[in-house]
Amino acid sequence: MQWLNVILQGVLIGGLYAMFAAGLSLIFGVMRLVNIAHGDLIVLAAYVSLMVTQSLGVGPLTSLLLVVPVMALVGYLLQRLLLNRTLGDDLLPPLLVTFGLSIIIQNGLLELFTADSRKLQAGAIEVHTVQLVQGVWIGVLPLIQFIVAVAVVAGLQLLFYRTALGRAFRATSDDQAVAQLMGLDTRHIFAMAMALSLAVVAIAGVFLAVRANFDPAIGPARLIFGFEAVIIGGLGSMWGTLLGGIILGVSQAIGAQIDPGWQLLAGHIVFLVILALRPQGLFPKVSG
Amino acid sequence: MSRVEHATPSSRIGVAIFIATFVILALAPYWADRQTLRLLVEMFTFVALASLWNLLAGYSGLVSVGQQAFVGLGGYLLFAMVIVLDVHPIAAIFIAGPIGALVAVPVAALIFRLRGAYFAIGTWVVAEVFRLLASQISVLGGGSGISLPASAVIAMAPSRQMREFEIYWLGLALTAAVLIGIVILLRSRHGLALTAIRDNELAAQSNGIDVARIKLIVYVLTAFGTAMIGALIFLQKLRISPDTAFSVNDWTAFVIFITVIGGIGRVEGPIIGTIVFFALRQTLADLGSLYLLMMGAVAIVVMLWAPKGLWGLIVERFGWQALPLQRRLVLEKETGGKA
Amino acid sequence: MPDALLEVRGIDAFYGDFQALFGVSLTIEAGQVAAVIGANGAGKSTLLKSIAGLMRPQHGDIRFDGASITGLSAFEVVAHGIALVPEGRRLFPSLTVEENLLIGGQSRRGGPWSLTRVYQLFPALEERRRLPATALSGGQQQMAAIGRALMSNPRLLLCDEISLGLAPIVIRDIYSQLPKIVGEGLSLIIVEQDIVQALKAANRVYCLQEGRVALEGAARELTRDAIAAAYFGV
Repeated sequence: MQWLNVILQGVLIGGLYAMFAAGLSLIFGVMRLVNIAHGDLIVLAAYVSLMVTQSLGVGPLTSLLLVVPVMALVGYLLQRLLLNRTLGDDLLPPLLVTFGLSIIIQNGLLELFTADSRKLQAGAIEVHTVQLVQGVWIGVLPLIQFIVAVAVVAGLQLLFYRTALGRAFRATSDDQAVAQLMGLDTRHIFAMAMALSLAVVAIAGVFLAVRANFDPAIGPARLIFGFEAVIIGGLGSMWGTLLGGIILGVSQAIGAQIDPGWQLLAGHIVFLVILALRPQGLFPKVSG
Repeated sequence: MSRVEHATPSSRIGVAIFIATFVILALAPYWADRQTLRLLVEMFTFVALASLWNLLAGYSGLVSVGQQAFVGLGGYLLFAMVIVLDVHPIAAIFIAGPIGALVAVPVAALIFRLRGAYFAIGTWVVAEVFRLLASQISVLGGGSGISLPASAVIAMAPSRQMREFEIYWLGLALTAAVLIGIVILLRSRHGLALTAIRDNELAAQSNGIDVARIKLIVYVLTAFGTAMIGALIFLQKLRISPDTAFSVNDWTAFVIFITVIGGIGRVEGPIIGTIVFFALRQTLADLGSLYLLMMGAVAIVVMLWAPKGLWGLIVERFGWQALPLQRRLVLEKETGGKA
Repeated sequence: MPDALLEVRGIDAFYGDFQALFGVSLTIEAGQVAAVIGANGAGKSTLLKSIAGLMRPQHGDIRFDGASITGLSAFEVVAHGIALVPEGRRLFPSLTVEENLLIGGQSRRGGPWSLTRVYQLFPALEERRRLPATALSGGQQQMAAIGRALMSNPRLLLCDEISLGLAPIVIRDIYSQLPKIVGEGLSLIIVEQDIVQALKAANRVYCLQEGRVALEGAARELTRDAIAAAYFGV
């Protein structure tokens, strides 16, 4: 029974990892850009939520109403003003610019907020539990987070395959020049993709902040979790990314149960094993 | 009959300057104070690390943000050999190299399955794994780290001054060896292949260059050098911990910034970059995270508006080459008989 | 005299250091069908790309309906009413046939062309509307590419080598639909390797040779010899 609990916890946090991954996977799909500052932007969202909750006196979940549009706007401007200039055949500029951005965000947050650990309080809901089946209890908050994660993944799928914007994303990703011939301003499309990515990042950041302590330095680890979830699940598949996140979460939970120091290692090892045995991921989207 | 000539007028001057500088630096223990010597060793190690990173990223297209894996590996190998096996510290440095190279082989087998930016993050994951493993090794201090035992320190040399001189000369020698090694590699057949890969990987492949094999060789050689430098760094520090050994800021961020600002894809770049970096650090002193923030901003600006770095700008403007790395075909006339 | 629909005046085009067009000029009146012929590498596609905004011409001027469109980006040119059917079809592989058509209508210009009209023109597409675009035959892909361009309700349609890689019967089939398109008030520039087809479909012919206009005139007035001379530069 204890192991069932452990696995459940792993599945629930896997949802959060999938949200880390979803934003990353989206922009890679649309513009072949890997944003090394992705994890730091998640942390940035957490701090924005901190500021909103402190100054307006609202709860973290309510702060989402402000944090999501703010981060989306940040994403739009970031892509339009800076990252669009790095796109092209050369691999170095986007990598090094987003790496520089990562350093800037980390140290900027350090200057503004110090290295102190913070956490957002969501109130009583943090301690509520609900009984799934006989003898198995899970926290209400982790459950809500998981459901939201699934909803986000489903929403993104819907957007990509049922809306005009999603069509524009796919077309631009296929053939930038011909997409222009359709009347699409690709600079704007890329910026919209980044805005969407950061909207997801905002949700992930707020959930992260409520769930655990955060400080300016934890960004890179979130990037790595997101990245591992994408690779385990397989490139190009949103549902694969969700499953990848869950597998990662469960691996970490099992590792932690064996020995607390092994939590992160277990996740990395599972990632490396999958990379060795099935590098295309478990559920890659067949292209074509 | 024809031969390839590497030197240019400016490179002859460059080599002369290098030799003169080397002699002056070799004599530094006699004219510099202790503080300066430590600073110089730090500069040497950064020139070496940046040059090795440049070889990977600027020449082979393997952008790694995880070289701290090998810096830390080298450091931990040194401490392990000294503490557990009672090896002489300086010998340990030279053993760390080959072991680092050996470790690089299975690592490469794994992460070479990833491409581009995903490869970069993969290198980061590997560094994280090394860090986590290191903190599990209690005989080497676990998460809090360990200091080099006094007995080993004394084994290096009886007096502190002699020890510092030894470390200084080692640093200078290793860095010079790394630079010379890189120049030799670039002047060789493999180096020509690397330059081709740097300019256009697909074209290089279709011209029969075994790109995968060369990348593996370069990755392993870089790990070899990086591990030795890492061992030296932590020998100087006399103390190691997982966080300092595998620090992304110290061993990757600074290295990348140095190379980007100095000039990627050119051997002279890391040298210029290190000088600029340390000049800035001396003048901006204790700004802490603000300093890193500015470095990040400068790197972004340079990457977007001067992607060839400072040395790149100089080459474009003056056509200088500080090192004999050019290739010029010199045709010699037949002296007699039928053409 | 009213402005011509399209006026290209003395444009030069470069790929890096290589010059592909030298002072090319061309005029299209409303309702006209012009053919641009020439050997491989003569600059035909380059001309269309320059008009469509995929390439920026150095020197010279392009005016559409009286307004200057020189240097505009491709997506802006579409808004003015020029659509390009690119060489090689270049449908979006990640989209279905219908999605390819729908995205053609992204710019939301008013006009007679709609999904229904395009399906009327090319019924084979309606049967296959939910298939990925890559599942179509060459001829069907060409129809889809033309339909996609029509969805933006252009005033001028640029067709780049639509007969490339297609069987003669398919080519005839597609060309037989062109009069219906022109009948709706569309003007056409067709770039063709198939000279016979081009001369049958067009009112006016331009022959390019190594980046220059070597011959121009009404299709019916030009002799075979004159065309051959201009084509090969003999």
